[in-house]
Amino acid sequence: MDFNLTKEQQMIRRIMRDFTEKEVKPIAADIDKTEEFPRKTVEKMSSHDMMGISIPIEYGGAGGDEVAYAIAVEEISRACGATGVILSAHTSLACWPIWKYGTEEQKQRYLVPLAKGTYLGAYGLTEPGAGTDAAGQQTTAVLNGDKYILNGTKIFITNGGQSDIYIIFAMTDRSKGTRGISAFIVEKDSPGFSIGKIEEKMGIRASSTAELIFQDCIVPRENLLGKEGEGFKIAMTTLDGGRIGIAAQALGIASGALDETIKYVKEREQFGRPLSKFQGLQWIIADMATEIEAARLLVYKAAYNKTNNLPYGKEAAMAKLFASQCAMDVTTKCLQLFGGYGYTKDYPMERMMRDAKITEIYEGTSQVQQMVISAAVLK
Amino acid sequence: MNIIVCLKQVPDTNEVRIDPVRGTLIRDGVPSIINPDDKNALEEALKIKEENEDIKVTVLSMGPPQADMALREALAMGADEAILLSDRAFSGSDTWATSKALATAIDHIGNYSIILCGRQAIDGDTAQVGPQIAEHLGIPQITYVEELEIIGDKVVAKRAIEDGYYVIEGKMPILLTAIKELNEPRYPSIRGVYKAHEGNRVKNWSAQDIKADLSNLGLKGSPTQVNKSFTPPGRSGEGEILSGSPKEKAGQLVLKLKGKYLI
Repeated sequence: MDFNLTKEQQMIRRIMRDFTEKEVKPIAADIDKTEEFPRKTVEKMSSHDMMGISIPIEYGGAGGDEVAYAIAVEEISRACGATGVILSAHTSLACWPIWKYGTEEQKQRYLVPLAKGTYLGAYGLTEPGAGTDAAGQQTTAVLNGDKYILNGTKIFITNGGQSDIYIIFAMTDRSKGTRGISAFIVEKDSPGFSIGKIEEKMGIRASSTAELIFQDCIVPRENLLGKEGEGFKIAMTTLDGGRIGIAAQALGIASGALDETIKYVKEREQFGRPLSKFQGLQWIIADMATEIEAARLLVYKAAYNKTNNLPYGKEAAMAKLFASQCAMDVTTKCLQLFGGYGYTKDYPMERMMRDAKITEIYEGTSQVQQMVISAAVLK
Repeated sequence: MNIIVCLKQVPDTNEVRIDPVRGTLIRDGVPSIINPDDKNALEEALKIKEENEDIKVTVLSMGPPQADMALREALAMGADEAILLSDRAFSGSDTWATSKALATAIDHIGNYSIILCGRQAIDGDTAQVGPQIAEHLGIPQITYVEELEIIGDKVVAKRAIEDGYYVIEGKMPILLTAIKELNEPRYPSIRGVYKAHEGNRVKNWSAQDIKADLSNLGLKGSPTQVNKSFTPPGRSGEGEILSGSPKEKAGQLVLKLKGKYLI
């Protein structure tokens, strides 16, 4: 048993922290306000192989492991949850399924530029009527000669409108239920594909969340990902890994918030002494630190399992359930410790609390995680 | 063309504390980093490598075995080769013995055109090692470099001084010391991190490997020794607050300064 990070992972943490301090933190409050997608930051991340950390070198990635990737999402999210989810959705939801299920041609054509960060990727499963009930897909794909014709609408798509490549799920055979769902690689310029409404959100405002509209959208037959009917399996296994990314994002938000708060309570004085000298507040800090450490262990454990080809679906669901609740709990308490200042935009706490909330919702709500965990435990 | 970059692993002084009794650094739990000025030296070497053909960048460090980490970070940034001088015989070296060991190692590497060092290390602040290496090797040096151009077998450097700069031309082989104004060091690439940890990317050299004269090394080879280090007590001289209108106060101030023959 060994809880130490490898030398590579330790170095990656230092690099990511340094990068975040200099490139991410200084603009985090601004891009939250303006909802500006941090395109330049993504370019800088690409040029340092941060957009494909866990993808093998031969497919354009850094050849790293899942723990290193989780650390990268965690470190970036310490300062900016929006930038954290851009990285997570791109790597876990777009790169990974192509790596896992794609043909060699698909990997060369799409995964290499995605993992290098030349392309940005997104994943489209959710529909107006198919959220937690992802099996209720209304989008259809009909084979017509050497092309599929897609019709339907996806909503709440992270990196939507900013991405070059979309992994899209659609019904190819409604009579077969979930076994009638297939996955497709769709290029942004495909005829009949357009971007609809861009959501205005409570948090992670600099990340783009868009509606995708398919009107007789033409997708070449060779862009079918996996086999016809494998779509639901691809969607679910992709989300298993995606949850590690979101859990890491939640962990990062919580740990970034606590670090800001520790600085604050040491400086802020009331009744003639720093807040950090009040036992009632010390206990809150102790509980938060403990919760974050527990979340970190769950996240790294799930990532470790994924790296080492061990089962990780339940572990990822536990990590996401716990870490997202931790992020919400910690940011709420941290804001309380900041008092009135915490409620203003002069400090990052209100933004961190807004960013934290989404981690309990996307890539499976907390209730979905409980479904996944209980199904594994009660089987 | 071969460029050798000397770098030192130092405790991150942003997080370092001083033992109030012994006057020494408390290194426990303090992260180690590449000395910041040395990172600028490395960045400049990597820039030269990018802008010219056939450049090899070798990073060289003297330190304990864990200094290996700093060298691997340098490899992850893009250096081609890394050498760690590590031997009990080197321990306790002052700046003279350190520069002597580094110069001997550089001689051993041979065939170099440019040696780049940081101006000074944040844990010692002496700024002596770079210039001493040049003296040991008998080559020219330009210190405090804030801008650099390579023209054929010459370098043209802007050397910063307090209120301006010199533009100095020097012929290779030459030693340069970098200041932070020279450039903005890059982040190591993630792929580079993994490559830097493959196998024996860092060569370990002992005193014997570089055929060093043992009498020049370590405590024995060090003409200086630190007897004591301490934090000087704060000055307790009392200030004086002048009163009156700004004009009156200015007048009083001028009189007082004149009285002390300061103006």
